[in-house]
Amino acid sequence: MALPPAVRRPASLVALAALPVVVLGCFFVLPVSGMVARGFFPDGELDAGAVLEVLTRSRTGRVVWFTVWSAGVATAVSVLLGLPAAYALHGLEFPLRRTVRALLLVPFVLPTVVVGVAFRQLLGESGPLGFLGLDGTPVAIVAGLVFFNAAVVIRAVGASWESLDSRPAEAAAALGASPAQVFRTVTLPTLRPAIVSAASVVFLFCATSFGVVLTLGGTRYSSVETEIYLLTTDLLDLPGAAALSLVQLTAVVALLAVAARLRASADPSVVRVPSRPRRPARADLPQLAMTALLLALVAAPVVTLVAGSLRVGDSWSLGNYRALDSVGDQQALVVPVTDALVTSLRTAVDATWMSLLLGLLVALAVTRRSRSRAERRIRTVLDGFFMLPLGVSAATLGFGFLITLDRPPLDLRDSALLVPVAQALVALPLVVRTLVPVLDGIDDRQRQAAASLGAGPLRTLLTVDVPVLWRPLLAASGFAFAASLGEFGATAFLARDESATLPVVIFRLIGHPGAMNYGMALAASVVLAATTAAVMLAVERLRVPSLGAL
Amino acid sequence: MSLSLSGVSVDYDGVPAVVDVDLELPAGQVLAVLGPSGSGKSTLLRAVAGLEPARGTIAWAGQDLGGVPTHQRGFALMFQDGQLFGHLTVGRNVGYALRLRKVRGVESRVAELLELVGLAGYADRLPGTLSGGERQRVALARSLAVEPRLLLLDEPLSALDAGLRERLAGELRDILVAAGTTALMVTHDHEEAYTVADRIAVMRDGRLVQSGVIGKVWAAPADPETALFLGYARVLVDDAAQRLLAAAGLPPAAAVAVRRSALTVDPSTAPDGARDLRGVVLSARVTPDQVRLVVGVDGLGELDAVASVGTHPAAGEPVRLVVDRSRLAVIR
Repeated sequence: MALPPAVRRPASLVALAALPVVVLGCFFVLPVSGMVARGFFPDGELDAGAVLEVLTRSRTGRVVWFTVWSAGVATAVSVLLGLPAAYALHGLEFPLRRTVRALLLVPFVLPTVVVGVAFRQLLGESGPLGFLGLDGTPVAIVAGLVFFNAAVVIRAVGASWESLDSRPAEAAAALGASPAQVFRTVTLPTLRPAIVSAASVVFLFCATSFGVVLTLGGTRYSSVETEIYLLTTDLLDLPGAAALSLVQLTAVVALLAVAARLRASADPSVVRVPSRPRRPARADLPQLAMTALLLALVAAPVVTLVAGSLRVGDSWSLGNYRALDSVGDQQALVVPVTDALVTSLRTAVDATWMSLLLGLLVALAVTRRSRSRAERRIRTVLDGFFMLPLGVSAATLGFGFLITLDRPPLDLRDSALLVPVAQALVALPLVVRTLVPVLDGIDDRQRQAAASLGAGPLRTLLTVDVPVLWRPLLAASGFAFAASLGEFGATAFLARDESATLPVVIFRLIGHPGAMNYGMALAASVVLAATTAAVMLAVERLRVPSLGAL
Repeated sequence: MSLSLSGVSVDYDGVPAVVDVDLELPAGQVLAVLGPSGSGKSTLLRAVAGLEPARGTIAWAGQDLGGVPTHQRGFALMFQDGQLFGHLTVGRNVGYALRLRKVRGVESRVAELLELVGLAGYADRLPGTLSGGERQRVALARSLAVEPRLLLLDEPLSALDAGLRERLAGELRDILVAAGTTALMVTHDHEEAYTVADRIAVMRDGRLVQSGVIGKVWAAPADPETALFLGYARVLVDDAAQRLLAAAGLPPAAAVAVRRSALTVDPSTAPDGARDLRGVVLSARVTPDQVRLVVGVDGLGELDAVASVGTHPAAGEPVRLVVDRSRLAVIR
């Protein structure tokens, strides 16, 4: 191979990116555009009027407005609750600190359906907080979103707080600034990029949340994401769904672009020196109290859920768990819950290796040093392209799969890989965002040093990249596994009754009447939550900062 | 067996970084590419290493290296900050390339190299525990391990503090000579270049201004800017140049570069000769070796001069100066 470098470099870029691009093309671009096209061309002819008509409906306006304000309020509350906790958990040293940190991270990966069930259990008429009358109100939805996303703020801001050089703050204190002034004039400005970045990610997650809004809001309160689902499945209004999908895609792409811009303007000259956590002082009491409050807020739904799952009638019992190998009252299910758990695990394994393989190729392709402007532009476009699954309603994706992958050469209706592929695409941005910062952080001259000592490309990868990458890779596989276990939006469309995953089964059990079914849903939720939490706690031990990097 | 560059150019997105460089480096010699920052010298080095796409020909022993990737060139590159692999011990770092080639007796070769760079017994340490100077020595040993055809050194000593840099420069020279290595070094420090190299090449704005054996380049800088960059204190032109050259008994020329020590205060009270330079001391600063003066010389303006430590001419005092012609360089 004596190709000149000018040819070899773009060629290797194309080779690295080929598989992910093809996969994303077949399983993302094709279904989504198929779905959108179905809306625009209802009878084979362009009917943009129908789509435009959707946008002028008063319900559409209400849905969009609800999405924006509920996500905005949830983001603000998440940041307000998350900041003190981020400080306490990453800047202070106290007993059980790491345990509390891990516990507060768990909600982020709890399956959305589980969170929905837990909040209904907590706020419902018979629940411990039923007297507040919040069930089915927007307050419940916002609470559910905050429950999820406070963890993101803690994680992202905490990581920068931990690595903040403490000397500027000390210098300010020596110049006579009070702790509050130090915070306002030194600490906060340095943390601002991390806070803004975390807030934009949280807003994105809130605005596209599916499971929480669907289970807590029903049909009264609908976000763009759930509205797409309702229009598609219940009302069979494809033009409406297509129009909303486009609105959502545009909004999310714009949001991602803004977030990227904000992230890029973070001051690179900030010195990152891991400072030693210090013992709490009296002045830290408010922060510790806020952390305790947040812990209580997070614990309440989970504890209610676990307690509820252990009640049969008016007595404590494991009956709900024993019933998990049945199909529920009045044949609510086609297969027992235990089978669904096995299906979930098996699907998650497949989705994990797929998203890891694709994510690794993408991360390698976009982080190689660019030689020319054209090459750099290709990499930026690729980077953005693989973030797209974040911006598309999982319901759109799922429905798109059904209507486009049903004929040769891509007839996958009966393929066991359909669900894992969809889940892998949903998890892909998470994997890419976990790996890219790590690869970006490697000094390219390390690779050049290896090459100049005679190491070929593969050998260089083994010497320089792999030693740094294996922990983030393990972490990414944990994230992908957890995301796949909890994935509901796309799976709800694609999973067949006999091969339903756990979240789908839980949703079905809630919808079916019968006390036994509800008890089983609670028990299954606990099992699912415990499985994902176990995976996430293992990942937390690897101490890879990510999530905030999205 | 020599490196030869002809018409080598490198662009960054259309901005030229290296322009049309021709250069020869015979085997066994050390060439220092000297230039201010931004002169394109590091880019030239990276092009030789195969890390930058270059136009023109880069050849080793007559063979064009155009399509040969970095790892197959057999050139070892040593970075300014070493770029040791942090997760490997010193021994594994030094033996890295040997293990790649499945050479036998890696351990003993590594011990030998660590001995050579003065770090015997460091094999089991991790790079993180070493000082800056020690890390650079390890990086050097790692680069030397496979007896590269050509060793490329990118500002190998500039990350170190002044005292250590001076000492290591001498050691680097000894190590390169002992190993018989052909080396191409990039630096912005002329003292470092003189200490380590046999030949120098001066670059400015991406172009090669002058190259050759150190003594020759030093004796005849190509232009005033080069003379200043090579360490000459001042460059005189036109009338001032004529007067100084006449005082030194040299034929006239357009310009002359003057070292600080070219003018010495003559403490004798001999009668004035026609060629003598006279002036008034403007300022004086005592150093351990000599007194450094700035003298306002009649018809020449301000010039640097030295006086022996015993004499201490004060500002305002008239002095007579003699010219040491070996410390002048005529620029043609």
